[in-house]
Amino acid sequence: MEVVFYIAAIVAIISTVLAITRLNAVHALLYLIVSLLSVAIVFFVIGAPFMAALEVIIYAGAIMVLFVFVVMMLNLGKKATDMEKQWQRGGMWVGPSILAAVLIAEVAYLVSSPATAVYGSTVIEPKQVGIVLFGPYLIGVELASMLLLGALVGAYHLGRRTPEKTEK
Amino acid sequence: MNPTLYYIIVVFVVLMVPLNLAAILIWLERRLLALWQDRYGPNRVGPFGLLQSVADMVKIFFKEDWIPPFADKVVFVLAPAIIVVTVLLTFAVIPFAPSFVVANLNIGVLFFLGLSSLGVYSVVLAGWSSDSKYSLLGGMRASAQMLSYEVFMGLAMMGTVVMAGSFNLSDIVEAQRHVWFVVPQFLGFVLFFIAGIAETRRLPFDLPEAESELVAGFHAEYSGMKFGMFFVGEYMGVILISCMITLLYLGGWLGPWLPAGVWFAIKVFLLICFFILLRAALPRPRFDQLMSWGWKIMLPLALVNLLVTGALVLAFK
Repeated sequence: MEVVFYIAAIVAIISTVLAITRLNAVHALLYLIVSLLSVAIVFFVIGAPFMAALEVIIYAGAIMVLFVFVVMMLNLGKKATDMEKQWQRGGMWVGPSILAAVLIAEVAYLVSSPATAVYGSTVIEPKQVGIVLFGPYLIGVELASMLLLGALVGAYHLGRRTPEKTEK
Repeated sequence: MNPTLYYIIVVFVVLMVPLNLAAILIWLERRLLALWQDRYGPNRVGPFGLLQSVADMVKIFFKEDWIPPFADKVVFVLAPAIIVVTVLLTFAVIPFAPSFVVANLNIGVLFFLGLSSLGVYSVVLAGWSSDSKYSLLGGMRASAQMLSYEVFMGLAMMGTVVMAGSFNLSDIVEAQRHVWFVVPQFLGFVLFFIAGIAETRRLPFDLPEAESELVAGFHAEYSGMKFGMFFVGEYMGVILISCMITLLYLGGWLGPWLPAGVWFAIKVFLLICFFILLRAALPRPRFDQLMSWGWKIMLPLALVNLLVTGALVLAFK
């Protein structure tokens, strides 16, 4: 299983880099989908099948479809590609590179320290996730659902049509 | 028997049966439609026209495989493969009989939902990469339709999950030993059935490829075997949804006298025939009717169904 983990992790890294550097928006989204799928495999391997399934259903299967849907409607052509090319020159790489370097340093420290997290030792069942979510983390769940409700009402308000414009 | 050999046989059967059944279904659908519309249907090639699918396959393989010069080539080639791969992968978690299953995952139901939501990409990307207006309209309709119907498909399924107390498909079937879930979960059954038709883009929900308005919708630019993959993918989707309805609501392989696999096959076959009958009987709605029907009627009903089921299960525990 360790081999599967490393393959999935490498695929995740490569596809994420490609998702950032692609000039065509839909190609970039496709790489992002591949990246999410490989993260799902990583979750599965380290013993969280429920998380893996949710990652595929919600991120790869629902949110990214909406992204692709919007890009499709925008009908981006050569102009957008040129603009993307302009944005991806020189200077804009500095900030993200520094932040990424910090993360890499942290990973290097964690790997070198003896107290690395064990993985693959226990498989977490969906039932356990549910019990924890609606037990100790109940407030977090409620807050998230309130936030989502707020977003839903906001989206409804923005998408509302004025009565005189509605046609039957 | 040697367990490794047994698994190889199971994998082989699970791969080959849906693929070949899909080809036979094309013939079956044309014959049944003809029967219900008082025609003959394909009856020239072989006994009862049974070899019609073989003739179609030979023809489709020798057609010119044309990629439009204005298309996005890589995505254009990738799109038809996605649908076949996702549908075939989902068959891995379907228990056709006790212990006759490729992967007895404890998240079987979620695996099905995840792969069916990935299947949406096939039509969306096909529509986008073809770079023609009919395809784009078909792809947009497909993504909107499949996204919204997936929401309450998942919610309708959760009723059975609550009653069985497990995401594992074998456990769900075993929980139906006394009474099939179609009785206590009748509303969920109807909702899941409708969502299943929408998910496979069959009539009356075939708006993404509505011939009379969109030529052929998202696969208008496809030819040869790439078109064939969409075609076969659709029929395998019908088989898959029939299998899922059988497992979740009709007791899977359970039944008296006959062996388990036979019961499963009979139930799936009857459901497939019902799918074809729907195509013969129902007209196509308008697209905005389809969307508002989904969000304003089906979604609240699915939520109420889940709420009541959860409350009753909790009360009688």
